[in-house]
Amino acid sequence: MSRPGFVLEVDDRTPPLLVHNGEGFLLERFPQGTRVVYPPEALPAVRDVDEAIQNALLNPIESEPLPELLRPGMRLTIAFDDISLPLPPMKKPDIRQRVIEAVLELAAQAGVDDVELISANALHRRLTPNELREIVGERVFRSFFPDGKLYNFDAEDRDNLTHLGQTRHGEDVEISKRAAESDLLVYVNVNLVAMDGGHKSTSIGLASYKSLKHHHNSHTMIHSRSFMDHKASKMHHSAWRMGEILTQHVKVFQIETTLNNDIFGGPLEFLQKREWEWSIKDQASMLGTKRALAAAPSKLRHKIFTDVRSNYGLTGINAGAIEPVHEKTIEAVHRQHLVEVQGQSDVAIMGVPFVGPYNVNSVMNPILAACMGLGYYFNSYRGNPVVRKDGAVILYHPVDYEFSQLHHPSYVDFFEEVLAESTDPATIEAKFEKQYAEDPWYIHLYRTSYAYHGVHPFYMWYWISHALDHCGDIVWVGANRKTVERMGFRSASTLQDALEMVSHSVGRSPSITYLHNPPHLLADVR
Amino acid sequence: MMLALEMYRSPAKYLAAKAVGGRIPGILTGPAAPLRLVTIDEPKAERAGWARIRPILSGICGSDLGMVTGATKLYFSAVVSMPFVPGHEVVGELLDDCEDLPKGTRVVMDSVLTCAARGVEPCEGCVSGNTNRCDRITVGHVAPGLQTGFCRDTGGGWGNVMVAHRSQLYAVPDEMSDERAVLVEPLAGAVHAALRAKVQPGQSVLVSGAGAVGLFATLALRELTQAGRITVVAKHARQRELARAFGASDVVAPDEVFRGVRRSTGAFRLKQDFSGGEFLLGGVDVAVDAVGSKASIDTVLRVTKAGGRVVLSGMPDSGADLSPVWFRELEVTGTYASAREEPNGRPAFETALDLAGRAPLDGIVGARYPLYRWREALDHAHSAGRLGTVKVAFDVRAS
Repeated sequence: MSRPGFVLEVDDRTPPLLVHNGEGFLLERFPQGTRVVYPPEALPAVRDVDEAIQNALLNPIESEPLPELLRPGMRLTIAFDDISLPLPPMKKPDIRQRVIEAVLELAAQAGVDDVELISANALHRRLTPNELREIVGERVFRSFFPDGKLYNFDAEDRDNLTHLGQTRHGEDVEISKRAAESDLLVYVNVNLVAMDGGHKSTSIGLASYKSLKHHHNSHTMIHSRSFMDHKASKMHHSAWRMGEILTQHVKVFQIETTLNNDIFGGPLEFLQKREWEWSIKDQASMLGTKRALAAAPSKLRHKIFTDVRSNYGLTGINAGAIEPVHEKTIEAVHRQHLVEVQGQSDVAIMGVPFVGPYNVNSVMNPILAACMGLGYYFNSYRGNPVVRKDGAVILYHPVDYEFSQLHHPSYVDFFEEVLAESTDPATIEAKFEKQYAEDPWYIHLYRTSYAYHGVHPFYMWYWISHALDHCGDIVWVGANRKTVERMGFRSASTLQDALEMVSHSVGRSPSITYLHNPPHLLADVR
Repeated sequence: MMLALEMYRSPAKYLAAKAVGGRIPGILTGPAAPLRLVTIDEPKAERAGWARIRPILSGICGSDLGMVTGATKLYFSAVVSMPFVPGHEVVGELLDDCEDLPKGTRVVMDSVLTCAARGVEPCEGCVSGNTNRCDRITVGHVAPGLQTGFCRDTGGGWGNVMVAHRSQLYAVPDEMSDERAVLVEPLAGAVHAALRAKVQPGQSVLVSGAGAVGLFATLALRELTQAGRITVVAKHARQRELARAFGASDVVAPDEVFRGVRRSTGAFRLKQDFSGGEFLLGGVDVAVDAVGSKASIDTVLRVTKAGGRVVLSGMPDSGADLSPVWFRELEVTGTYASAREEPNGRPAFETALDLAGRAPLDGIVGARYPLYRWREALDHAHSAGRLGTVKVAFDVRAS
C-alpha cells in the first residue's frame, strides 16, 4: 500500500535532505521549522495493462465503443502526445505504443485502411525517427513510417492546416487538416501532471501558431492560477472553448492514461525515498552516485541523465468523450500527486532537476531551467501558490550558459537579444514575438531539422509570468551569475546566502516550504 | 634641431617583429621596434605654399602601429621614404604664415601628399577631387611618401616641427578643443568610408570592429546616411557603450556576429563541412570592415547579402576567403584616407570638422603621452580596446 504525501517539519533530528540540482543533486540542511512537502508514494499499478486498455476502448465514457466508430473506407487519424511526456521518458514499451497497437488492431478488424498517425508536437521540435519508434514501438513504426503515414505534425505547413472557425471569444481554431477532415480522431494521451490532457490535447497539440497565440501569451499565462488546475487556468479555458469548436467538426475519441510516481529505479531508487528511510544500500548508492557524478566529465554526466528511463506503472486509462474522460483522469492524477499544505509561506524552495518537457535528449538551457522551476514547479499548486504574494522563491540549478543549437536555436537569440532588452513578458511579447514567430530561418529549422519553433522561448517566458508577478524575490543557489542576471534574477552561493539576500522582503525568520520533487507533487494549498 | 620619433629601415627588426610579435607583443614596442627618439634637423618649408607647424597633439593610428609592428605589407614600402617621422593625425599651430592662414592658426591636416603639395601637374585623381587616389605620390619636390608621416622630407606629427602644404590644411574653429581637433583626420576617413558605402535609405549595415575606425565609421554612417539598422561588432565593454552612443542599433560580440546578423536580417545560416566555418544566405546590405584582419574580412564577406557591398576600411590582411565575393556577387570597395571632393560635394575634412564639433567625442582621446614615453604610448595603443581607450595621442608640446 502506498503512503500519501505529507508535510514534514524540519527539526534537529531531520537529516540533510535531497535537493535536485540539474544533472546532479545535493544534500541540504534546511533551517528548523522548514516545511518539506513530500509527494505521495507511487500508487499501485494496473496489473493487466492490455486488459485495462481493452476495457477502456470497449466501455468508453459517454461514447460508443471504439469498434462501433470504425468502418471500412473511413479516414482514421491517431494523434499522440510527443516526447515531452512523460518525464523522464518511459521504459519500453511506452504506454502509447500499447494503446495505439490496440486501436490499430480494432481498426484492422473493422477493415479501416486509411490510417495516419501524427505526433501532436504543435510548435515543439520534430521527433527523430528513433524517438517516434520509441513511442509507437517497432511494429507500428515499420508499418507506417516508411509510407509517410506516421509523422510529426507541422504547424507551418499551410497546405495542411484547416481553420475550423473562431470561438465566442474570437479565438482562431486552426489544426491539422488531416485531423480536421478525419471521420474519427483518436487521441492517445499520457497524463503525467494535472495540466495535460482534456481539450489541451488536440486543441493545442495539433494547432498552429495562429491558434496557439490566443492562449500562449503573457496575459493569459499570468492569469492561469494555476496551469495545474484547468478550472482556474485561463489557458485551459481558452483551450476548452477551442475544443468546443473542434468537436463540432471532428469526432474525437479521447484516450487518457495516468501514470504513477515510480520514476527512479535501480541505483537511483533512493531519489524517490524519504531520506530517513534510506537503507545502507540506498546510502551507498547515493554516495557512489554523487561521487561518480562529481568526478564524471560533463558529457558523461549528461549521457547518464539523458539515458534515464522510468518504470512508471499505469494507474488508469479512460476513453470516450473528452471532458468526462478528463474528469476521471484528473481524479487519478490528484490521487497520485495531491498533498495538502496548510497556508502559504514566505519562502518556497525548489530543486530543478535535469529534465523538463523541452529538453528530452537535449540540454536544459537557462530559459528552460527558469521555466521548469518558475513555470512548472511554481505552478504545481491548487488553490494558492505555496509562497505568499511578494514572497521569495529559491531555486537550485547550475543554470549554465549552455544551449543546443540543434534543438533551441531561437532560444540563444532570445537570451542574447530579447532578455538583454527586457525581462518583462508583456514587453517582450509586444516587441519581439511576431519577429521570432515569423522568422523564416526558425520556421525552416522547425520544419526540416529538429528545432523548436522560433516563438517557443517566448512561451517559456510567459509560463513564468505568474511567478514573476507573484514573487518579490527570486534567487538561484549555485547558479551561473551571468546567466541568472540576464534573466533578471540573482544568484547565491549557498542557501544561507540566499536567505540572507531575500531577508529584506521576508525578514530574518521567514516561514519556508521546500517542495521535495520530483517525483511529481501538486500542493493543495489551503 | 628638434626632438622626434624616427622610423628607420631595419630588416632585422622587421623580421623579428614579424616572427615573434604575435607571441611576445611586448617585443613590438620594445627592442624590435624600428623606431627611435632622436634629435634631428627641423624640416624646412622653403617652397611657396608650405609652412611649418608645431604639432600640439598627434594621434597614434592603426597604420602607424602596423608600421612599427611589421604588420604593414611590403606593398607599401615603395611609397614611403625612410627614415621618416610618423604621425598624420595632427592638430598643430602654424609657425609661419601660409597663404591665407596667418601664423598661429590652429590647423588640422589632410595628410595625403597630392600633386598640389608636390608641385606637379595634377593627375586624374587630383583633377577629379579624389585626392586620396593621387598617382604622383612618389615624385615632385618632396620625397616619396603616400602621406605626411610616411615621407622623409615633411616630418610628422610625432616630432616637434613638421611642414605641410596649404592644400592639406584646414583651420580649426576657436571653440574646438585640441582633443576633438586631433580626431578630425580619422573622422574624415570615416566620412569617406561612410559615403563610399553608398548606403541607401533603410539599408542594414554591419560595422566589424569598434576601435577608432569602426566607431567613427558608425558615427559617420549614422550622421551622413539614412542607414536603417547598424550593427557593430565590438569586443570590449567600453567599445559597446560607445558604439551605441555613436548610433549603433545593436552591438554584438565577435563570436555572435553570425547569430546577431542572421536574427536581425532574417537570413539563413549555413555551416560548411569540416572546418565548421559559417556563412549566411541573406544578411546585411552593406558591411564595413574596420579591423583589416583576416577573420574580420572573412566575417564581413560571409554576412553580406548577395549583391551587397563590402567596404574595406581597415588596412587589409591577406588570406581571406574570397568565395563569397564570387558566389554572392559582392561589390568590394576599398576606402583609403579621404578626398577633397566627396560625393556630398564637400571636402571630407570639412564634414569631419562639423562632426568633431557636435559628436559625443569627449573622452575619446583617452591617454596622452610625451614623446619620450613612446614605448608606453605604443603599448597602450596596442591594447587600447582592452584598456577602454579609443585614441592614444602624443602630447607633443609636453615633450
